[in-house]
Amino acid sequence: MTARIGVVTFPGSLDDRDTQRAIRLAGAEPVALWHKDKDLHQVDAVVLCGGFSYGDYLRAGAIARFSPVMEPLIEQAKAGLPVLGICNGFQILTEAHLLPGAMLGNDHLHFICRDQKLRVENADTAWTTDYTAGQEIHIPLKNMDGRYVADEYTLDKLEAEGRVAFRYLGLNPNGSLRDIAGISNEAGNVVGLMPHPEHAVEPLIGSGRTDGLPFFTSILKKLVNA
Amino acid sequence: MSRTPLDTVEHATATPDVELPWAELGLKKDEYERVVEILGRRPTGAELAMYSVMWSEHCSYKSSKVHLRQFGEKAPQSDAMLVGIGENAGVVDVGQGYAVTFKVESHNHPSYVEPYQGAATGVGGIVRDIIAMGARPVAVVDPLRFGAADHPDTKRVLPGVVAGIGGYGNCLGLPNIGGEVVFDACYQGNPLVNAGAIGVMRHEDIHLAKASGAGNKVILYGARTGGDGIGGASILASETFDDAKPSKRPAVQVGDPFQEKLLIECTLEAFAEKLVVGIQDLGAAGLSCATSELASNGSGGMRVTLDDVPLRDSTLSPEEILMSESQERMCAVVEPAKVDRFLEICDKWDVIATVIGEVTDGDRLEIYWHGGKIVDVDPRTVAHDGPVYERPYARPDWQDALQADDANKLPRPATGEELRDQVLKLVSSPNQASKKWITSQYDHFVQGNTVLAQPEDSGIIRIDEETGLGVAIATDGNGRYTKLDPYHGAQLALSEAYRNVATTGAKPLAVSDCLNFGSPEDPAVMWQFAEAIRGLADACQQLGTPVTGGNVSLYNQTGEAAIHPTPVVAVLGVIDDVARRTPVAFREEGQLLYLLGDTREEFGGSAWSQVIHDHLGGLPPKVDLERERLLAEILISASRDGMIDAAHDLSDGGLIQAVVESALLGDKGARLVVPDGLDAFTFLFSESAGRAVVAVPRSEELRFTDMCGARGLPVTRIGVVDGDTVDVQGEFALPLTELRTAHEETIPALFA
Repeated sequence: MTARIGVVTFPGSLDDRDTQRAIRLAGAEPVALWHKDKDLHQVDAVVLCGGFSYGDYLRAGAIARFSPVMEPLIEQAKAGLPVLGICNGFQILTEAHLLPGAMLGNDHLHFICRDQKLRVENADTAWTTDYTAGQEIHIPLKNMDGRYVADEYTLDKLEAEGRVAFRYLGLNPNGSLRDIAGISNEAGNVVGLMPHPEHAVEPLIGSGRTDGLPFFTSILKKLVNA
Repeated sequence: MSRTPLDTVEHATATPDVELPWAELGLKKDEYERVVEILGRRPTGAELAMYSVMWSEHCSYKSSKVHLRQFGEKAPQSDAMLVGIGENAGVVDVGQGYAVTFKVESHNHPSYVEPYQGAATGVGGIVRDIIAMGARPVAVVDPLRFGAADHPDTKRVLPGVVAGIGGYGNCLGLPNIGGEVVFDACYQGNPLVNAGAIGVMRHEDIHLAKASGAGNKVILYGARTGGDGIGGASILASETFDDAKPSKRPAVQVGDPFQEKLLIECTLEAFAEKLVVGIQDLGAAGLSCATSELASNGSGGMRVTLDDVPLRDSTLSPEEILMSESQERMCAVVEPAKVDRFLEICDKWDVIATVIGEVTDGDRLEIYWHGGKIVDVDPRTVAHDGPVYERPYARPDWQDALQADDANKLPRPATGEELRDQVLKLVSSPNQASKKWITSQYDHFVQGNTVLAQPEDSGIIRIDEETGLGVAIATDGNGRYTKLDPYHGAQLALSEAYRNVATTGAKPLAVSDCLNFGSPEDPAVMWQFAEAIRGLADACQQLGTPVTGGNVSLYNQTGEAAIHPTPVVAVLGVIDDVARRTPVAFREEGQLLYLLGDTREEFGGSAWSQVIHDHLGGLPPKVDLERERLLAEILISASRDGMIDAAHDLSDGGLIQAVVESALLGDKGARLVVPDGLDAFTFLFSESAGRAVVAVPRSEELRFTDMCGARGLPVTRIGVVDGDTVDVQGEFALPLTELRTAHEETIPALFA
C-alpha cells in the first residue's frame, strides 16, 4: 500500500505534471484533482502546485482560492490533511487563510528564475522530516510575486513557534521579510513555500540536484507509517 | 448601425464604379486590377480587406518567394522530414515514434512600437503555430537584437521586450532554453525580436491546416474578437463611424497568456480524442487568413456566417472582424457528430467556442453578414495566388570598399598587459557579457524536462522519460559577418548553430530560419537577401539539414539606413540519451583542454574589432562546411562515448571568450599555453569557424586524440583546468573573481 497524493489543476496551473512526476519518483501514487471537483477522491495528502492560476489576475491565488475543490480542501486541512503549497499554491494557501501573511510583487519588480540556496529551519513538519534542521539545500525558484509579508506580531509568532520552515540564504531573491521562503501552520500539516522542490528531483534535469525529493519522501513515510 | 447599404456581392456587382480605398490598404494599382480581374467585378469592402491583407508582404512573401524557392529546390534528401515548408511549422522525425515541430518567427516592428505586448504576442503567435500542428509545445527560444546598449531608447525597448517574453512565456509554462541578445547601433529603431518554439507529438498526431469533408463544421474558439491589430481595415470602416465607436484602437495586439494556456490544454485534449479534421491558428490577418487557408488547402469550399463570431466590441464592421488580429484564437474543422464533444472540452477549460460555418462541396469561400453575402471568392486566389515580384537587386557599390577595409590590419596588443586589458574589455562588452540578468527573467525549469538551457551552447529538452530521448535547439546569426559577405555570413550563421547543437552532443537534423532584412525595394538590400538565401540553401544542402520553414521580415530600416542583413538560423538536433549531453562548464581540475580545428588570422567582423576598434570591415571567417560536419561528428562521438566532460564552441570573441565562460560557469580556472605556430593574440581572439574547445579527463586523452587523428581533425593541447585564475602562460593571469565582475555586471548596470 502506498500513499495517494492529489495534485490540483486549476486553469493556469503549470507544474501539475511535474509535481505528479516528483510524487511518482518518491514512490507514492499521484492523483490528478480538477479544480471543479467537489471532493478530494479520498487522497491522503494534497499538493497545490505552481503556475499562474487564473493568470494571477486580480492577485496571485485570489481567484483560485474560490474554486469548488478548495471547500473540502480547507475543511480537511483544518482537520489535519497534509497540504503542500508550492509557489502559486503557497499564494493560494495564504489567500485561503490556511497560512498567515501574504505575497507581494518581488521588490526588484522582475520575474526571477534561479537556483536558490535555502536553510531548512523546521524538519518536523509533515513535509520536511527527511531533512535535518539547519540543513542547507538548493531549490529552483521562479516567481513574480514572491515577497512574503506579514505584520510584526505574526512574524514574531511564526518565529517563536518554529513555523518558519525555510529561509533564503545568500541572496533574498524577492525582498521577503526576515528572508522567509516557506512557513507551516500550527499543526505542521500545511506547508507553503515559494521555491519549487518538484524541479529538484532528478540529477540530470533542471538544477541538476535532488534536494527537493525529501519533501515527497517525508510525506510518503508519514502516510505509510501512520 | 449607419452603414447603408451593406456592400454585398450583389451590391458590388450593381455598383461597379464605387471607388474603394485600395491604395490606403496597401495594394498597388496593378494588384487591385488583378483582384477585379479575378472576381470579374469590383471587390466588396470585405473582399478588398481580405485580399489586401493576404497579399501584403508579411502574408504573401511576394518579394521573397522567388528566392525562398531555393530551400525547396536544394533541399537535401532527409528521411527526417515529415512535413515541410508551407504548413504552420515543419515537422521532423526524431525517432522512437516521436515527431518534433519547430519554427522561428519575427515580431520586430510591434516590439519597437510597444515592447512588452509586441514581444509577448510574438511568443503567443509562434506557440499557436506549434499547437496547430498537433504538438504539445515544450520550449521557447528568443533571439533578440537591439540598438546600442547605452542608447537611451534601448533602455526603453529591452526591458519591455524581456518582460513581455517572460510575462507571456512564463505564464504558459514553457521553459525558455535558448536564444541570443546582440547589440548594434544598426538595430536602433529596428530591434529584432524573433521568437522560436518547439513542440513534440507522436507521428500519428500530426495535424494539418485544411478543411475537408463537406458538412464538417468550422469552429472558432478562444478569445473574443476585438478591435486590436486591425491596422488598415479601419479605413474601410471609417465610413461607418458613429459616436458609439471607439475612435482609436491599438495597432499592436494585446496578449492574454492565461487564455492561451487554456487554448493549449483544450486543443491538446481535443486532439487526444481525435476530434479535429483540420486546424489553423489565427495570427496575422486573423479570420481572413484562417478561413482562406483552411478552405484552399482542403477539398471543398467553405461557408461562414460572420454574425456568429463572438465579439469583444459589438460595433465592429465585417471588414474589421475579418482583419482583426485579436490574439489567442484558433479555428478547427470538426465532423458534425463530434461537435458536441469538442464544445464540451472547450467548456471544461472555460474557452468560448462557436460554430461559425461549414465546409461545402463547392470551391468558393462564401462569407455572410446580416443575411447578405459579402464575400464570394476562390480561396486559393486569396491565400496562394498573391503577386510575386522579381525585385531588382544589385551588389552595392560600397561592398568592395567595405571588404577592402581589412580588420587584420588593425593595431594589435603588443604586450601581456595589453592583452589582459583587451580580454577584460571584451568579456565585459555588452555583446560578450553575461546575459543572466535577462535570462533569469525567464522560467527554464517548468515542465521538468530541461537538461540544458542558456548560456549553454544549445538548449536540450528530454522528450521521453523512459529512454532519455531528447531534442536540442540553437539559434545563431551574425549581422556583422553577413554585412561583410551575405553569402558566407548566412552560411556562418548555419555553421554556428549546427556546431552549437553538436557541441552539446546532439545530432543536427533540420533548420528553421528567420530572415531579417531592410527594404526589398532597395536593390542593395535585395542583393543581400538573395545572396544570404543562396548561401543558406547551398549550406543546408551540403550539411544535409533541410529548411523546414521560417519567416521573412523585410522593411527593417529607418529612412535609407537598413539593418545589417541578419538571417537568424535555428538548428534542431536529436540526442538519443540526454544523460550523454556535454555542458559548457569546466567540471574537474586536472582535465586537459584541447582546441579542435584550425586557427587562422581572421578578425573581419570579429567581436575584437568591434569592441577595441569600433570597426567593421574586411572578410568574415572562412566557411568550411565539411570541417563543420567532421567537427560535429567528433563532438557527438566523444559525448556519446564519455570522452569529454565539457565543450564550448568558438565563435564571436574567439577562444578566450569561450574559456572564460566555461571557467566562470564551472567556477574552475584554466592554465593555457599558446600553441606553437600561433601568436598569443591570434590564439585568443581569432574567430576562425569550425572550432571548439573541450575538456578531456586524463584517462580518456589517448582515446580522444587517437579518434581525432584517425578522422583527420586537427587537435591541439592548449592547457589544463586548474586553479582560480585564467592564466595564459607568459602573457597574463586574470583571477576568476575579476573576470566574474567584468562579465556579469555590465548588463545589470545598463538595464537593472
